[in-house]
This record gives sequence, C-alpha cells and structure tokens, in this order.
Amino acid sequence: MVTFTLNGQERTFDGDPDTPLLWVIRDFEKLTGTKYGCGVAQCGACTVHLDGMPRRSCVTPIATIEGSEVVTIEGVSGTEADAVKTAWTGLDVPQCGYCQSGQIMSAVALLQMIPKPTDADIDGAMAGNICRCATYHRIRAAIHNAASSMEG
Amino acid sequence: MNWKFAITGVAALCLFVGAGTLLSPASVAQDAKTDTKTLKPAASFQSIANERERSVALFQEAGKVIQHPRCVNCHPATDRPLQGANMHPHQPPVFRGDGGMGLPGMQCTTCHSADNTPVVGQADTIKSIPGNPAWHLAPIEMAWAGKSLAQICQQIKDPARNGGKTMDEIVEHMAHDELVGWGWNPGAGREPVPGTQAEFGELISAWVKSGAACPAS
Amino acid sequence: MTIQDIKATRRGFLAGSGLVIGVAIAPKMLPAAPTGVHAGGDAALAPMNAFVKIGTDDTVTVLAKHIEFGQGPFTGLATLVAEELDADWSQMRAVHSPTDNKVYANLMFGLQGTGGSSSIANSYEQMRKAGATARAMLVAAAAEDWKVPASEITVQKGRIKHAASGKESGFGAFAEKAARQTPPAEPKLKDPRDFVLIGTELPKLDTHGKINGTAIFTLDITPDNLLIAVVAHPEHFGATVKSFDDAEARKVQGVVDVKQVPAGIAVYADNTFAALKGRDALSIEWDLSKAETRSSEELSADYRKLFGEKGLEAANNGNVDEAFKAPGLQTVEAEIVFPFLAHAPMEPLDAVFIKADDGSVDIYNGAQFPGMDQEVAAKILGLDETKVRVNTQLAGGSFGRKAQFGSPYIQEAAAVYAATDRSRPLKHMWTREDDIRGGYYRPMYAHRMRGAINAQGQITAWEQVIVGQSIMGKADLDSTSVEGASNLPYTIPNLRVSAHNVQLSVPPLWWRSVGHTHTGFAVETFVDELFQKIGKDPVEGRLALLGEKPRHAGVLRKAAEMANWGSPVPEGRARGVAVVESFGTFVGQVVEVSVGPEGAPRVHKVWVAVDCGVAVNPNVIKAQMEGGVGYGLGAVLFDAVTLAKGGKIVQSNFHDYRSIRINEMPDVAVEIIKSSEKPTGVGEPGVPPVGPAVANAWRRLTGAPVRQLPIVNIVSA
Repeated sequence: MVTFTLNGQERTFDGDPDTPLLWVIRDFEKLTGTKYGCGVAQCGACTVHLDGMPRRSCVTPIATIEGSEVVTIEGVSGTEADAVKTAWTGLDVPQCGYCQSGQIMSAVALLQMIPKPTDADIDGAMAGNICRCATYHRIRAAIHNAASSMEG
Repeated sequence: MNWKFAITGVAALCLFVGAGTLLSPASVAQDAKTDTKTLKPAASFQSIANERERSVALFQEAGKVIQHPRCVNCHPATDRPLQGANMHPHQPPVFRGDGGMGLPGMQCTTCHSADNTPVVGQADTIKSIPGNPAWHLAPIEMAWAGKSLAQICQQIKDPARNGGKTMDEIVEHMAHDELVGWGWNPGAGREPVPGTQAEFGELISAWVKSGAACPAS
Repeated sequence: MTIQDIKATRRGFLAGSGLVIGVAIAPKMLPAAPTGVHAGGDAALAPMNAFVKIGTDDTVTVLAKHIEFGQGPFTGLATLVAEELDADWSQMRAVHSPTDNKVYANLMFGLQGTGGSSSIANSYEQMRKAGATARAMLVAAAAEDWKVPASEITVQKGRIKHAASGKESGFGAFAEKAARQTPPAEPKLKDPRDFVLIGTELPKLDTHGKINGTAIFTLDITPDNLLIAVVAHPEHFGATVKSFDDAEARKVQGVVDVKQVPAGIAVYADNTFAALKGRDALSIEWDLSKAETRSSEELSADYRKLFGEKGLEAANNGNVDEAFKAPGLQTVEAEIVFPFLAHAPMEPLDAVFIKADDGSVDIYNGAQFPGMDQEVAAKILGLDETKVRVNTQLAGGSFGRKAQFGSPYIQEAAAVYAATDRSRPLKHMWTREDDIRGGYYRPMYAHRMRGAINAQGQITAWEQVIVGQSIMGKADLDSTSVEGASNLPYTIPNLRVSAHNVQLSVPPLWWRSVGHTHTGFAVETFVDELFQKIGKDPVEGRLALLGEKPRHAGVLRKAAEMANWGSPVPEGRARGVAVVESFGTFVGQVVEVSVGPEGAPRVHKVWVAVDCGVAVNPNVIKAQMEGGVGYGLGAVLFDAVTLAKGGKIVQSNFHDYRSIRINEMPDVAVEIIKSSEKPTGVGEPGVPPVGPAVANAWRRLTGAPVRQLPIVNIVSA
C-alpha cells in the first residue's frame, strides 16, 4: 500500500508496486490531463510535479513515491501557473494539444526556479518535452510573455 | 542491444578461463588490449618484477573499468552526458548545471531515481532507466571522454583535476563510492563494467602502492 | 457531455439535415460515464441545419465534419459559419459532427474525411452557406415574433435588431423557433469585402481545454469496468504468429485474457500497466516465411538498379534524349535516397469500444475517415453499419497516419474487441513502439536527377527518375509519387519524369505533404545545384524560370525580401531557399544555417511566405507554417525508419526516432500574401520547402550536397 498526495488530496494505491505513477494517475485516479507519449522519459508528455520538482511520471514506479506530493496539470496553481496558462492562451500555443499538459508543467517548474529565463534557460528546461506539431516557437514566446507578466 | 554483449561476454569468459593467475608481462599487456570484459585480480600482477611496469599494468587493467562507457558517459568532455555503449550524446538533451545535477527544470532527477527503474512493455533497447541516489555528472575538470588512458591517469593524480583528493582518498573513492559502484549494477539492458568494485579497488590500491605510475601513451 | 446523451442526439441527427429540434435531455453526469465527447454536440441545442446548432444561452455550436488534430478546422469552420451568421466570436463553439459519408462528406473526396489540406478549401462555401441559412432562419423567427418585415431586421455581432421598433435580441431566444423555419433555398453570401471575421486573427476555439488538461482525447476515455488491450506485433513486416506461450503473461496481476488476433497476440487487462507487463511476458515464435527480410541498404541498392530501366512516364516535354546529346553541354547528375518515415503523432493510435444495451456499439477514436472506420468495424463486429457509431475525438496529431485505406488500424482494434464477449468496454492502444514499428510509412524513395546546361548557362534538359512504392497501391503511374516533379514549375524546354512502382510488404501511407516530401526536396536541391554550377543567384535563377508561375514567384520574392536576401550573412552561416506548391498553396522559404554542435545543420531562422488564397484565419495559417517548418525540419535532420540486415525494424521510440526539440527549433517569421483567390489548405504546405532550403544552405556552407536523408546520419558517418 502506497500513500501519497495528489493535487492536495491524500490517496492510496494497493496494486502492483511497479505500476508507473502515470498509469496510477490515469487509470486509477482517472485524471487524464497527464499524457502517455513514449513510456521511456523521452517525450515529457507525462510530466508532473513530484514534491515540487518536474518529474516524468512514466518512469516513476508508484512504490517510490510513498509520502510524496504529486501535482498534475489539473491541480497546478499559483503565480507561475496562472502566468503560463494566460500566456499560452494569449498566443494560442496548442495545436493538437496532446503534449501541452507536459509542456505547461515543465514551463511552470522553470519559472518557479528562474523567474526571468533566457532562451538558453528555456532550451535547457524544455528540451525534454517533445511537441510533434512543433509549437516550440510559440512555447518559447509564451514563456517569455509569462515571465514578463510576473514582473508587472 | 544487450544480448550482443551477453554473447561476447560469454565468449570472452571462455577464452580466458584457465589463463591462471601468473601471467607474463607481455601477456598482461596484450590481454589488457584484447579482453575488456573481465578484470584480472591485482594479485595476478605480482609476476611483474619491475615496480613501475607493474604499476602501469595495474592501471591499464583498471582502465578497463575507467574507460568503459558506464564510467566515461558521466565523465563527458562537454556539458552534455553521453549515453549507451556507443557513447552518443544523451537523449533527451540534458546539460551539466550546478553540481553536475542538470539544469533548472531538467535536472537528473526529472527522470533518474535512486534506483535503476525497469521499463516495462516499451522499447526493447531501453530495458531500464539507470538510477542512483547520487546520480550526477563528474565535474568538467574530471572529463575522461576522448582522452587516452595516460591522460586520464595523470588527471586522476592531479589534485587540481581530481576534486582535491589525496591518493588514499582516490583509492577509497574507487573502492567504495556508491555512484562508482553503480557501474557494476547498471540495470537491465546495460553491460556492467568488468569485475567487481572490490577487485577494482584492489587494482587502484595496488597501483597507488606501486608508485601510481602512468602509461606513457 | 456523456455517453448518456448519445441516443437523444442521434434522434436529432437522424431526423435529417436539421429541421427538427434536438430533444432536450439534461446530461446525466454519472461517475460511471466515459468522459469521451460523443459526436454531434449537445442534444439540447436547436439544430439550424446539419452544421449549426444554437443554444438558448446564445452559444452557436458548429458541427465540424473534419477532425481537429491540430490544424485548426474547429476554428476555421466556425469562422466561416460565424461570418455569415453575423455571430460574435465569443459565442462560437465547435464539436465533431456525427459520422455520415453523405451529409458530412468532404466535397473533394466524396466521403467524410480529412486530409490533403482540404478542410477549409472544400468547406469554404458550404460552411458559409450553413451560417447564412441559420442567419436567415433566425431573422425569419424574429420577424414572425416581432411582427415586422424580415428585410428590416439586421444582425450584428450576435444581436438581432429591428431599428424602427427598437426591438433587440440574442440568438438564443429564437433558437427553437428558428429551427422550425423553412431554410432559404439559396442563402445569400456576403461579398468578401464585407467580411468582418474572415481574415482576422481570431483566437482558437480549442485552446482552453488543451491548457488545463480537460480536453479529452481517445486515450482519456475511461469508462468504468474498462478493459485495456495491447497487441504484440512482429518485428518484421509480413511476419505472422507461428506459436506462442502465454503462461507467464496470464500470471501477471490484472491480466484478464490472452488471445491470438489477426494482428498478433492480444493481451487484455484491467489496467494499462498490467496489459504492458503481460505483453512483455509473452513468448512468441514468428513465421518469417512471407516477411520482408531485406535491409534498407539492400532495398536502396535494389531501387537504384531500376534507374536504367524504362519506367512509367509522368512527363515528357520536348526531346530529352536529343537535348542531352547537344554539343558543349555541361551535365550534372545526382542520386538522392529518402528513408521510410514514421508519422509519430504524439498520441499513438487508439480506440475505445462500448456496447449499448441494444447490442449496437459506440466507437470513440481519432477518425480521419470516420465513415470508412464505421464500415470496416461493422463488418468485423458482425453488425449492421447503422449499429456502429463512430464518435470522432480530438486526436493528438496525425500528419496523415490516421487516414488509411480500409482502416487497417480499426481492423486491428475491432478484431481485438470482437474477440471478447463485449460485456466490458474496451480500449485498444498502441505504445510508441507499436507506432514507430507499425508501418504505413512515408515510403522509401530513390531519385535520379540529370540536368543539362548549355554554353549560354541555360538549363536545357531535366530528367528525373523516381523509384518507390505507390501509396495508392497502383500498378500504373501513381500521381502521388511524382507530384511536384512531373509538373515542374520551372520552364525547361526538355523535361522527362518517370516512375517505378516497387512492391514491398512494408505498408506505405501519405505523410504530411505526401509526394512533395521527396519531390520537393529533389527538385529544389537539384535546381539549386544547377544554378550554383551556372553561377546564378538561387533566387534570381528561380525567378527567371518561373515566368509562367506568378504565385510561385510571389512567395519566393516575398520570402527573399523578408530575409533581406543578398545582405551579408553572419560569419559561419549560409542561407538557402526553396519554393514549393502543394495542395494549391504556395510556400517560399529562406533559411539561415550554421554547423551545429553535433556537426549537423543548426537552423537559426526560417522566413516563410505563404499564398493560400483568402486567409481565413491568419493566426492558424501562421501556426501551421511554424509547425510545418518544425515537422519537416525534424524529419530531414534526424529521422529514418530503417530495416536492419534480415529485415528487423531498427527504431522503436523517440530515443532512436528523434523528434525535433525546442533547442533545435529555428525562429520562424511568416507573412501571408494578400489574395482574393479561393482559400486553399495550410496543414501540409509548410513542410516541403524547409528540407531543400536547409540542404541548399548546407551545400553552400560546407560544399557537401545532401544525397541521403536524414542529414545527421551523413555528418556522423
């Protein structure tokens, strides 16, 4: 039995302890904003915040997160999250949209660590998130916009 | 990917079984070049009378570990770690960052855990995501990628390029450091470095005791 | 919206093209209901016609006959409706229409389907008429209610007004009454000069749900008691199951059943991880007797053997053989080999099947040809087509992958469902490996180019031979193999283009921009090489041969102007250019390239000029150009699916089938040529020029022409 916090609520899981957090969130908790894209930490579609840090949930066995706090796209909040979502909306970043939960979770984590990121900071933090529609051009602009809006 | 190594590993074992513990200096040198899959015990180098030659031979043997992709991949020459048996740039692209722990938003811990994590039902070329509590890159001054064993040897002895370690501390690090030890337990789908960490530690210890001589080239 | 609404909606829909009010049933938000969005939108809304529903809350819902997987049809089709309806953009909504090959036919295909960058092109008048019809019905309803002449009523930004009486209303108050009006036979459409929405940068309708995790894709449909199924596929194309042992798989906690199905061995489980773990535990012996066992290298050699043989004629102008015999000629030759490419949409293929009480089945999937999916599934499930409802879902990309003749993916998924007793809903999903190794690739192609330059520095002859699979499965000439080459835009007096169809057991498919993925590259790199030989500027050289192609010339000039072509290029960089027409849209691109950290091209900037006729939504057009550049660039730099010696597929996931990432994405500037021509598509045309433009810059930078893709393989070899 594993106990953890999901978007502020205590949850337990007593299935296969090898089950990746991704599938616990999606199949058992039915929070489907967190996506499956590769299963091997290559694409970032499954990014959540684990104890405040970005984490690929597809390579995180549920047994390893006992007592941890998990935040998904459905629960992410605060100044950075608000700024990111507003900037994403303003530039209509998503195309198919499937990867965007992961993109946003990574972008929020970046801004929490570096409130005014450079292009190099953005490359560093976001290179793990694949977007097959290649919305990268707008992702970069939206992160800059979000950073600017937080200054104001 | 891994089955190939498994097969060559078995072949190598067959070749060198019964080679005995007393080897001539010539055969030691030759074996060091051809057999990278097994690690000879430090004691087997006693036959080399010349201390300097013995010391060099010991380090060359230890070089099978040091120059193995498992070790070199995290001692890269740039800020980007390497990956896999062919030592290609790490995918996804990740970079050194503070303390070799990755960049903000993309630290090692974004994907790597305290333990090797088996990957189930996915790519047959990615059987596990490697992990260790201390998972990080070696500092840039300790870069090994692209260097000769002789250069690496000099570097290991140089406190300016070995993290300020004394030779005793080097022995301790090689013999007991947990992240170094990961090389012998690299997770499914990855070829471990040869021998055991204890055997490797003994080679380094014997090398230091024999004067820590470095290969000429 | 929930599954509970489906029956009500179907009644509304089946009543025809919309003169019946949908039955208003409050949605039952049962926790057991799947979260999938059923086709056709809210049943409580009053349908004006097959495409427009209006709610009492003033919302206007457009039933999009085209799937939304990122190229923007929800927004584009709603823009067309809103324009003629005189709606306010804030009241517009869009959902997928139900499946109907007649009512919702793509007017270019003759059946319901999305592809060929045709969504706006084929809907331009149809959707405007749908909006104009709804407007006329609202006006008629208001006139009846207010007892004033319809001709005195105006509509603006979603408000219906009668100036003389001072009466005013939103749409909602008249929605039900309007639905009972007789629609006008020929609704009057606006003069384009009066457009207020078309041509403006309207925000997209589907953005909101995609930034907060609430947008539902097929994979997100999770009804209670759901069974998850994955299939173990062979690693060779054409291989079949010889024998299998499922003992270990059945021991996995959560695995419910294991069955042999046409596609391989299916594992059924209570959750996704159990299904994956169970599949891993199978041991299967494959029969390779009918499998493709040649490697990509061997295939390439076999393809090139065909260069010298007589092929299928695609173009033959002037006299190429004579032209090459002329004295004093300089001839240039090139062979270019293109690899198999996987589409690799972010959401791997998936489908959900749910049986209703009456035995009929709802299918939820990213249906690109929903009518075909319906037909195929019905056959496999042993049901009448009317008993199978395909509910098109938002899809995590496609790039062509979901548009397949005979719906082979749905065949696999339906067979997996048919092998159960249907007592439980079932989700069939592919992993990334199933996707990368699943075939239906952009085929491998080999091109041989020959060009002749006379003493005056004119290109006098051009011969191109193209070898590869026919995507359309043809024995004779397949136009998709030669499009962009057989209709070479450049005026060259002697032109011959021929093709050879190759048979392989690797299934082919169209991949974002289809034939132009390779013909655009071959034509635009080869012509550039010829200009370099002649010593002509790549832009001036092209313009001189585009005399009869003003729209090509227009985008080329514009892109060159944007890039300030001819101005000094920063040290260590070079520029390249290409112009390609595809799907009736013209795109010119200039790129600026240096040698990147891996020794491969680093593309810093791409200037894009696009002419797609009337620009319905410039925001979407720019997004598609940006995305097309990234998609095309990633493939040209990094991607190949290769068959190893013996025929096994090498790549399997994003670690070895690389996607372009943000650190590799260039800055992209887009300008749209002002035009009053009918609108054409933008989903694909941004892709073809970027590869040749980069290769041209690379050749000028390094001296090395790109003869094999992806480029990263050449530079690291």
